[in-house]
Amino acid sequence: MDFSFSEEQRLLRDSLASFLADTYSFEARRKAIATEAGWRPEIWRALAQDLGVLGAALPEELGGLGGGPVDNLVVMQALGQALVVEPYLETVVIGAGLLKRIDSPAAKAAVEQIIAGELITTLAWGEPTSRYDPADVSTTARRDGAGWRLDGRKAVVSAAPWASKLLVTARTSGARREGQGISLFLVGKDAPGVTLRDYPTVDGRRAAEITLDGVMLGADALLGQEGQALPGIEATLDEARAALCAEALGVMGEMVRQTVDYAKQRRQFGHAIADFQVLQHRMVDMFIRQEQSVSMTYMATLKLDLPPLERARAVSAAKAHVGRACTAVGQAAVQVHGGIGLTEELALSHYFKRAAMIEQALGSSDFHLRRYEMLDRSGELEAVG
Amino acid sequence: MNLDFSPEDLAFRDEVRRFIEENYPAAVRSKQESGEELGREDFLAWHRILGARGWSAPAWPVEYGGPGWSSIQKFIFAEELARAGTVPILPFGINMVAPVIQAFGTPEQKQRFLPPTLAGEIWWCQGYSEPGAGSDLAGLSTRAVRDGDHYVVNGQKTWTTLAQFADWGFFLVRTDPAAKKQEGISFLLIDMKSPGVTVRPIITLDGAHEVNEVWLEDVRVPVENRVFEENKGWTCAKFLLAHERTGIAGVARSKRALERLRATAATEAGDDGQPLDQDPFFRRKMTELEIELMALEYTELRTLAREAQGKGPGPESSLLKIEGSVIQQRLAELALEAAGRYGAPHLKDDPPGENAPPIGPKSARGAADVYFNMRKTSIYGGSNEIQRNIIAKAVLGL
Repeated sequence: MDFSFSEEQRLLRDSLASFLADTYSFEARRKAIATEAGWRPEIWRALAQDLGVLGAALPEELGGLGGGPVDNLVVMQALGQALVVEPYLETVVIGAGLLKRIDSPAAKAAVEQIIAGELITTLAWGEPTSRYDPADVSTTARRDGAGWRLDGRKAVVSAAPWASKLLVTARTSGARREGQGISLFLVGKDAPGVTLRDYPTVDGRRAAEITLDGVMLGADALLGQEGQALPGIEATLDEARAALCAEALGVMGEMVRQTVDYAKQRRQFGHAIADFQVLQHRMVDMFIRQEQSVSMTYMATLKLDLPPLERARAVSAAKAHVGRACTAVGQAAVQVHGGIGLTEELALSHYFKRAAMIEQALGSSDFHLRRYEMLDRSGELEAVG
Repeated sequence: MNLDFSPEDLAFRDEVRRFIEENYPAAVRSKQESGEELGREDFLAWHRILGARGWSAPAWPVEYGGPGWSSIQKFIFAEELARAGTVPILPFGINMVAPVIQAFGTPEQKQRFLPPTLAGEIWWCQGYSEPGAGSDLAGLSTRAVRDGDHYVVNGQKTWTTLAQFADWGFFLVRTDPAAKKQEGISFLLIDMKSPGVTVRPIITLDGAHEVNEVWLEDVRVPVENRVFEENKGWTCAKFLLAHERTGIAGVARSKRALERLRATAATEAGDDGQPLDQDPFFRRKMTELEIELMALEYTELRTLAREAQGKGPGPESSLLKIEGSVIQQRLAELALEAAGRYGAPHLKDDPPGENAPPIGPKSARGAADVYFNMRKTSIYGGSNEIQRNIIAKAVLGL
């Protein structure tokens, strides 16, 4: 039983935090997200090449540093604390997380490119009507000669505007929402028939609606076994959910810190508002939510390697809990700040917005409460791979 | 980072589990199952069985007869006792006054009080709260006036748990009324059989006699029964409060209560005629509570892992107290809800009737009493509001 970070993990945390302190001020972030691109490729290059962050959690045989889920936790928490928009979650945790499970030269090469900072990718799994169920796939892939033809729509694909390749789920057999019959394809964004409508998201990131209209792919675009992609996707999404919880720790930690600092400075009725017990207790409740979230995030992260049922239950319990904490801590932070907490100029409001989006991302708290509960009731393995 | 217990710890867990199975008194078990009120001997019988095995004081140093366990072993032991639903080791002697005597007592006090406390021969009670000093404990007004080699004590204590069984009590008394309120307090050990000590029951809303008033009228206490220096009793009190809070999360007991709740929900009917655990509204409440309990468990494990690295329990233990007490209350609330209309009958035994079936399901029996009683958890041991004050000051620097 040990909840401490290794020497390497502490180094990773400290070097990343110091890099972000130098390069990722609130002002610098504000400028970057307002540009047309909406992100800073030079930050990404530095994370890959100067700091070696992108390979920290990936296996050595694929060119990584041999870390694992705890390294993802360390990285994501630091990224959350600085409100980083660059797509570590989408490209490294999810993209490389999926590709590392696939035994093919193309997948191996893609992971190496990701670690080097040369490839941005993202998983296009959600659809306009699928909500949070990764098995709810209506996009189709049909055999066409030696290759494949993809048709369908993907919704709110985070980081897609920055990606050059997309990981796309498509149904090769089975009915909508069926676990069997889902396949994974690697699709170049420039392939004919792929159309993106890019837009900003409320938390300062970029996403796209993707239309796949008769996209013709070679046989080698299929990653892994035909129709058998769901278990790997579920496992990867669980890793991503744990990583998202870790990001939430960074986001919430900052909100607690900023709120306590503000309350000590802001004076009303002749006192610092921090002197008022009603506000003190509100801030203590924020702190408790944050601490309980730390516990749940560690728990889920350390259970990612367990068999699917236990893994999924741990992750869903954590995501449900942390998601709600995000909402509660964010709302309390704004309340203690008062009117200023609602302004665009204050960093806090941006943390609040990210927290609100984390609550919904990769399954809302209710989605995960239901998933946890269904797994308890049915012990159905199919639902989690 | 890892969540694994070592093979030694797992072997220890099995050993404790087996010991409880083989040695827990059947008579006490049957009283617990039938809901009969437990007496002094029921608690002490188990204490003595553990004492004979060298396990009655898990946290004591070896030099005083403790088992020398690691913090993980102490946790496992507490978890196994709770899992088996044993009567608790009474905290007042082992976990509260004894650490104070070990830290601040004279060699004579250690000699006189520690061995019989360990053996379960002294039942202790805690004379802290007063009618005018609850959360503001340092505002206490029980007076001790020096008269030769005695103190003469006058005053009233309240909420004194199980004082009706106590041989000795440890009391906070005011020895210097002129000093600032924390600085005029002394820590006295008082023989409950002393002339002038009167214990009067307080019956709580669940009909139980758990707490008492203790009246002290011209009680003569030898000066040698004062622990630590005169007017330095607050130091002992603060030390003791830190000990009292550890383990207060009650995770294992809450897990057991949740299991019982789930068992009840599987058999009792819900609003749509299906078992209650098929009712989506009730299921959701159980599931949310289970996840809250999980968060508490891992927060406790984190605290424990820090302790194992030699860092003592800090103000974080206030968090465990707050969350643990709320979960215990919520569990009792759901158990009462599960009882449905059979939460209402107020029964010790079924009323007489020839071969009449029992009134209501067994699981409903006492559910309301437990619900009412559990309101105490967010009030005792430093109310949850006081715990928030502690976190605000000590952690957030407010």
